[in-house]
Amino acid sequence: MAVKEYAGKMVELDADGNLAKRTDWNEDVAKALAVEEGIPELNDRRWLVINYMRKEFEAKGDAPSIRKLTKESGVDTKELYTLFPGGPAKKAARIAGLPKPKGCI
Amino acid sequence: MKKLLILGAGTAGTMMLNKLSNVLDKNEWQITIVDQHETHYYQPGFLFIPFGIYKRKDVIKPKRDFFPSEANVIVSEIEKIEPKENRVILKDSKVLSYDILIIATGAQIKPEETEGLKGELWHKNVFDFYTIEGACALSNFFKHWEGGKLVLNITEMPIKCPVAPLEFVFLADSYFTERGMRDKVEIHFVTPLPGAFTKPKASSILGDFLDKKNIKLTTDFSIARVDNEQKKIISWDEREVDFDVLVTIPTNMGNEVMARSGMGNELNFVPTDKQTLRSLEYENIFVIGDATDLPSSKAGSVAHFQAEILFENILSVIEGREPKEKFDGHANCFIESGFGKGILIDFNYDTEPLPGKFPLPGIGPFSLLEETKMNHYGKVMFRWMYWNFLLKGIELPIESQMSMAGKRM
Repeated sequence: MAVKEYAGKMVELDADGNLAKRTDWNEDVAKALAVEEGIPELNDRRWLVINYMRKEFEAKGDAPSIRKLTKESGVDTKELYTLFPGGPAKKAARIAGLPKPKGCI
Repeated sequence: MKKLLILGAGTAGTMMLNKLSNVLDKNEWQITIVDQHETHYYQPGFLFIPFGIYKRKDVIKPKRDFFPSEANVIVSEIEKIEPKENRVILKDSKVLSYDILIIATGAQIKPEETEGLKGELWHKNVFDFYTIEGACALSNFFKHWEGGKLVLNITEMPIKCPVAPLEFVFLADSYFTERGMRDKVEIHFVTPLPGAFTKPKASSILGDFLDKKNIKLTTDFSIARVDNEQKKIISWDEREVDFDVLVTIPTNMGNEVMARSGMGNELNFVPTDKQTLRSLEYENIFVIGDATDLPSSKAGSVAHFQAEILFENILSVIEGREPKEKFDGHANCFIESGFGKGILIDFNYDTEPLPGKFPLPGIGPFSLLEETKMNHYGKVMFRWMYWNFLLKGIELPIESQMSMAGKRM
């Protein structure tokens, strides 16, 4: 299993490069993961999405799909793609310290 | 008298009706099935209609041909399920109560979910092939088309039969080659996935087939809207793809009854235990086929494997035991690859499609993840098996649990 340093902390990564242990996550680790995803700054809207995803994961055991995100987080699809360019569900999940969403079959 | 109610008489519902009718004591159990349509569609056959291989008559039969003679059949739309009251309300306000409910209401395409998709070009230059109407309209269009940009776009996952879009472009390559106009047709496969298919090994092998057949691949493209005037599709991150004809796989959703009943997820699929197929919320409700939210493929073969598991589990519950048979996510798909050949894949929740021989290790006759004529015959033969065995609930010589025998790691 790969180990990498984020915000001065050594963390384990799973096969997809997402955090292997959710206990390794904190806001500074999130900021460092975001930079790696090409997002220099986590503003309020991005935190809203990240916190929503963490809450959902806590409750359901899986990160939400984009459709569920837009329906329940109050952020529409267009904005999601602006906030997390290239793949909102995948990127936001990684920054939120969650495994890659299972969503697709 | 106890009541077992099945909602939906498609592939999954019809199989369950036949299997259960054979064994449940008629003095103890009354089985009822409800569906709004009287025609059974062989949905895997829709793929062949645009290319003139099948016609409408090849994929339809009356549903009643597949019901046991004593079955209690109600042709009606369903208004609502009231799971806490153990009853179902039909369109005409008739009330059906149940002891055990099986939900088999399937999945439908929802082009309305994407801006501009069902616009002025719908069924003129924009087609689906997941409905009989779409497949027939596209068949008429292709007959007179002189060539140009053919774009196939998957809107979002999950979709019924995730290999069908690939089969479509493979068959298009074959069809236009045989008509002597392949050089006039640019085929472009545009998908929201990071590759040609959902599972990594198959994705890379199938991606090579696209390359070999000169089919352009665009990945990670999530469609936001269709521009009907300029004939292009535009992604959420503002990438554009031009088309002369767009073949779309629209958003797939479960039946709206689930939304009206407060029983579905954001796509109206019913949260289901991925092993026992029992509803996660209600102990006397079971869900099968495309209607579930399971992370397995939405396909007839999957419904067939699920039916064997669910049959055992329903018998257990009727006898007062816990459901113990476990569905493993097994799927088995023949992929038409054009020019009279096919590719076969066999996989489950945990094991991705691997190369090898199927079903007999080392012998076959089918080859996994390879293009052979025998695989194509398997697909052709399957329609006959579907009408004559599968729907009637007769056992097929394939195990419901996936086997590693014959597969190469």
